[in-house]
Amino acid sequence: MSTKTLTTPIKNEDLEDLTIGDVIFLDGYLITSRDDVHHRHIHQGKDLPVDLAGKAIFHAGPIMQEKKDQPGKYEVISIGPTTSMRMEKLQKEFLEATGVKLVVGKGGMGPKTAEGCMAYKAVHTVFPGGCAVLAASRVEEVESVEWLDLGMPEAMWVMRVKQFGPLIVSIDTKGNNLFEKNKAMFNEKKEKVVAEIIKHVDYLD
Amino acid sequence: MAKLIYDAMFDDLDMAHKLDRPACQDTGVIQYFVQVGSKFPMIDEIESCLVEAVKKATIESPLRHNCVEIFDEKNTGNNVGTRIPWIDWEVVPNNDEVKIYMYMAGGGCSLPGTAKVLMPLEGYDGAVKFIFDQITSYGINACPPLLVGIGIAGSVEVAAKLSKKALLRPIGTQNPNARGAELEKMIEKGLNDIEIGPGGLTGKNSVMGVNIEQAGRHPATIAVGLSTGCWAHRRALIKFDSSLEYEVISHKGVTL
Repeated sequence: MSTKTLTTPIKNEDLEDLTIGDVIFLDGYLITSRDDVHHRHIHQGKDLPVDLAGKAIFHAGPIMQEKKDQPGKYEVISIGPTTSMRMEKLQKEFLEATGVKLVVGKGGMGPKTAEGCMAYKAVHTVFPGGCAVLAASRVEEVESVEWLDLGMPEAMWVMRVKQFGPLIVSIDTKGNNLFEKNKAMFNEKKEKVVAEIIKHVDYLD
Repeated sequence: MAKLIYDAMFDDLDMAHKLDRPACQDTGVIQYFVQVGSKFPMIDEIESCLVEAVKKATIESPLRHNCVEIFDEKNTGNNVGTRIPWIDWEVVPNNDEVKIYMYMAGGGCSLPGTAKVLMPLEGYDGAVKFIFDQITSYGINACPPLLVGIGIAGSVEVAAKLSKKALLRPIGTQNPNARGAELEKMIEKGLNDIEIGPGGLTGKNSVMGVNIEQAGRHPATIAVGLSTGCWAHRRALIKFDSSLEYEVISHKGVTL
């Protein structure tokens, strides 16, 4: 297991030696992009208001608070990851269209995203779920917000982060998938566990 | 790996406490489960008070804006919208108190929610398989260790609603039926033996607990419902008497 820091703009060669299970940190630009951003850009074909090439996206819908003395400037209150699997449908196309190199989220993603990570050289990582104040503490500045008409959780929040992590690599550029591996293990154990329980649930006299 | 995640959780709770911020950014759609005595003097005011409380908390806490209107696909921006906050009413005859359960239904832990009507010959076997299949697929992304709420009944909406009520029961309490209590223990042990671990990244435990609630079923159906709560399970219970003296039952020592 290696521990390293990625800095945006991220190049393909920065990702080559990363393997599932590695723990990394991020310095640079992290932009929230979740369901509606993927839908608008890929499904509706609208141009993104932010250039994401070489940058990191965060599957996250934050709590942001407008600064009282600086209208239009925001402070991040709480920003943990959201369920990445929701973006499975469009993530591969999104990677291709944008040149995003690092995806940060929660939980696993599926085979289509793994194909995308291999083809377009990107990695999917997870930040510990629910740890939203910890994540907020690694944000240096919320530089801007785009597509705020989508509402607070779905807007694109452009942030500069420092030592953002721990990020656990869940899909690497070779297409290895940590959560799919874990799931196979869970399912194997599940068969045995369920077989044992159902011996005890025939309640009819 | 489990230690890395648990350390992050405890650091987060510590920072959230110090900074007085929501520990998780997803403060949920607010749901209330109200048990109101038929003789509670302020019964007419409850709903408007609860709606007002949501608007106030959205600004003061602050809470994330989590109500998106169906069809319009617009976020209302204040956590209030059509039938939201969701209020579930139960009337208690010949009683003058009100008990209000509050639950913050986050998106991540609401995603595994499901319910199904099985045929009786699929029986409890089918219900157990249904639960395990859902937890080992959707459950691993829902911020485990989870609290698992299960409803067993005769139709889909009753099973689903009871599964959510099961989540409101404190961890460590038991189903009043001896077989129900035993099934809770068996499912809890079984899920822990799968070793899903914190965040689905493997580790000793998978769940914080399993609570089952039931209602009588039709002879021809057995319905099962599932709701899950994440490790940052946020529920509260407050009781008011007829003179509005209150007690926060879930959080000892908390005052309004």
